[in-house]
Amino acid sequence: MRQSTFILGAVVLAIALFFAPRVLENDYIFFAGYVVLQYIVLATAWNILGGYCGYVNFGSAAFFALGAYTAVAIHKFSPMPMPLLIVAGGIISGLVGLGMGYLTLRLRGVFFAIASLAMAVVMQTLVINWDYVGGSRGAYIIRPQQVEIFSYQLPYIQYLFAWMLFLAVASLVIARTIERSKLGYGFATIRDDEQAAEACGVPTLRLKLIATTMSGALMGMAGAPFPYYIGYLEPASAFSLTYAVNSIAMPMIGGTTSWVGPLIGAVLLGTVQQVATVTISSAVNLLLVGILLVVFVIIAPNGIMGAVQAWQRKRRKA
Amino acid sequence: MTAPLLEIQGLGKRFGGFVALDNINLSVAPQERVGLIGPNGSGKSTLVNCICGTLRNETGTVRFEGKAMDGLLAHERTRLGMARSFQLPRPFKTLTVAENLRVPLLYTVDARSGSKLSQRELDERCMELLALVGLADKAWQYPGDLTQVEMRKLELARAMAAEPKLLIADESMAGLSHSEVDDILALLVRLNERGITIIMIEHIMRAVMTFSQRVIVLVSGKKIADGLPEDVIRDPEVVGAYLGQ
Amino acid sequence: MTMDLFVNAIIAGILLGGFYVAVTVGISIAFGILDIANIAHPAFIILGSYIAYIVNSRFGVDPVLVAVLMLPVFYGLGALVYEVYYHAFERRGQDALAGLSFFFGLLFITEVALILVFGVDYRYVEASYIGPTIRFGFVDLPLRMLIPCVISLLLIVGLQLYLSRTFIGRAIMAVSQDQQALRLLAADPVRIKRVAFAISIATTALAGAFLIIIQPVEPSVGREYIGRVFAICVLGGLGSLPGTVIGAMLLGIVESLTATFYGPSWAPAVAFGFLLLTLAFRPAGILGR
Repeated sequence: MRQSTFILGAVVLAIALFFAPRVLENDYIFFAGYVVLQYIVLATAWNILGGYCGYVNFGSAAFFALGAYTAVAIHKFSPMPMPLLIVAGGIISGLVGLGMGYLTLRLRGVFFAIASLAMAVVMQTLVINWDYVGGSRGAYIIRPQQVEIFSYQLPYIQYLFAWMLFLAVASLVIARTIERSKLGYGFATIRDDEQAAEACGVPTLRLKLIATTMSGALMGMAGAPFPYYIGYLEPASAFSLTYAVNSIAMPMIGGTTSWVGPLIGAVLLGTVQQVATVTISSAVNLLLVGILLVVFVIIAPNGIMGAVQAWQRKRRKA
Repeated sequence: MTAPLLEIQGLGKRFGGFVALDNINLSVAPQERVGLIGPNGSGKSTLVNCICGTLRNETGTVRFEGKAMDGLLAHERTRLGMARSFQLPRPFKTLTVAENLRVPLLYTVDARSGSKLSQRELDERCMELLALVGLADKAWQYPGDLTQVEMRKLELARAMAAEPKLLIADESMAGLSHSEVDDILALLVRLNERGITIIMIEHIMRAVMTFSQRVIVLVSGKKIADGLPEDVIRDPEVVGAYLGQ
Repeated sequence: MTMDLFVNAIIAGILLGGFYVAVTVGISIAFGILDIANIAHPAFIILGSYIAYIVNSRFGVDPVLVAVLMLPVFYGLGALVYEVYYHAFERRGQDALAGLSFFFGLLFITEVALILVFGVDYRYVEASYIGPTIRFGFVDLPLRMLIPCVISLLLIVGLQLYLSRTFIGRAIMAVSQDQQALRLLAADPVRIKRVAFAISIATTALAGAFLIIIQPVEPSVGREYIGRVFAICVLGGLGSLPGTVIGAMLLGIVESLTATFYGPSWAPAVAFGFLLLTLAFRPAGILGR
């Protein structure tokens, strides 16, 4: 499929996704859908570094939370339009990603993963001790009831949903573009064998920095609207391990080598969690995510996409 | 004699207290075929790593086309025209055979010329290289499906894709059968005929003797001989080192 | 006055460091020697804490005694986890990253399961030595810190002797370097690794009991220790037990000083910041080259 066709298709689908629940007149779908979309962004962002380059980031929650707290800090100063907050969140988290990349340039595999976890705790401690954004007590954000767009009153949750939908489409387009570009090949060589990559002329250190920055920035963008969605932001919920686990589990379950994997994983796991939260309890649904992650890495280490591809290859041979 | 393509002066490398390379001096002329031999652990691979920038040498300089390589990273040296194959083949296992060759084309050839190859040019170059090494029909397979000798060929083809001036082939024939060795040898000779300087690191003496115009011997990190193949193998010091005296 | 404070902070740091020895020694074996990045290690510690809590609150048994009784159970648990890890990842030659996700999942499952059963309230144990403090002049030695510290040091001395003096111990030290040589000695590397990993998990029973003696525990406390254990392990040079003691003491002292002079809310950042900087600038550890 041509890139332009893909983008067009994605936008049409997104518009349909936005108007379908409006027809149903059910605001809950917007609330639940927002979370699923948010996970699509997080999973796709994680996968740029984790799936394409093979660097496991345990600190997704920190990038997400930094985006959210950037929005809170700006909001405390003076309320600004959402697109600006998203850009600001992206810039801050992107810079932190770049910084983490620099600190961990020479670290491989396990050490990188541990360092990313360490970075998350350092960030959380900084935020807890930062009184301007509420410290450990948290911060309230009073969101408007609705937004006026072209003299039309749009409920605020729908406005947030639309932005997250935009981010989800954008991150999928970015991921797909990377995959088919020179950058994508470069990332894949880092994942497979860094020394061989360098021998082929791939500037591995620079590509790693590009990946940590992009991945961080996307997570920060996903975090920026969060305070408005949740209404009350505290460090424990923004830095929750749930985000870190989900952004690993979703690509792992969907498959990490292409943009489709995180999408499948996020939609599947995100929806199951939304349903489970309503019908059972939120702790049980988290347990489910953990168990699914463990089961998948043991049984289908290449995720759903990997299993499908292996099956196709086997069929072709037979 | 023309100006050397590769010149190494006073090169030294330590790992902690262990001296891996000690004051190595050598030069390689353009289009030369040089064999580098030595017992296991004599520092051959360390030397390759220092030449290619994978490891940093503590003392001495590596000059390539008269230019000092100090501080240049591995990928920058590749772009200047050095290429290597690895002792154990290290293909990009999640990319197809053809895609493996695309990487140096995208990251070295494009970067060097400053222009972008089109998709069609890329495909053509890949197929041309694969035809050269005899892997054309495996283009869309994954490296995991290749045999040992095919893997070695892929390794060489990938090094070649970067259009190097100097190719360092690190034990490209270890573990291959008699006829497979001949296969790879013929390939290396063909590459040399195209004007590429080749340093061959090898244990198989038959291959080294037929291929090399000159042989260099490393023993415990020191160069102990450098000359015509037939002279070198008669050198008492070399014989001693190989017989373990 | 400040001098008193300073000296007490250092002593408190050493006692804390002693406790960190028990927390980290398992990781030094699993990660340092076996190269298994068990980031779920702290989760097992918390499990140990909760078992000590249950038995202590129901039957009033001393938490350390509970831990000693639980050693074989945790040993078995460790052997079981290794069995799964071996078959799913190590034998298949799967990259370490899938294994890492596996342990991350285990960590998460343990934490969530404990929350489901016990909620997020802080739990604590009761024992005669938790209140009292020995005083030498202006120096305070709280028993609840002193006892874990002393037992931890005994534990690591014992493990060091075991690893250097016994056949299996030496095989464990060798297993990461030369599996071929081990086979020649008729020692099965997989069995050796299973024993070593089981020992590493067994130590968490003790570490867990110490943790809940020192401070009240809730399920997510374990997370703070991921950074600590790896910081200490890397700081001390991977796989060296004496290095672990030095790393643990160092971190204990730095944390204690930070908490005394800047406030306890900064302490976690110190451990993790330490880890980040060590990884960035001295990945071979302070004793490394």
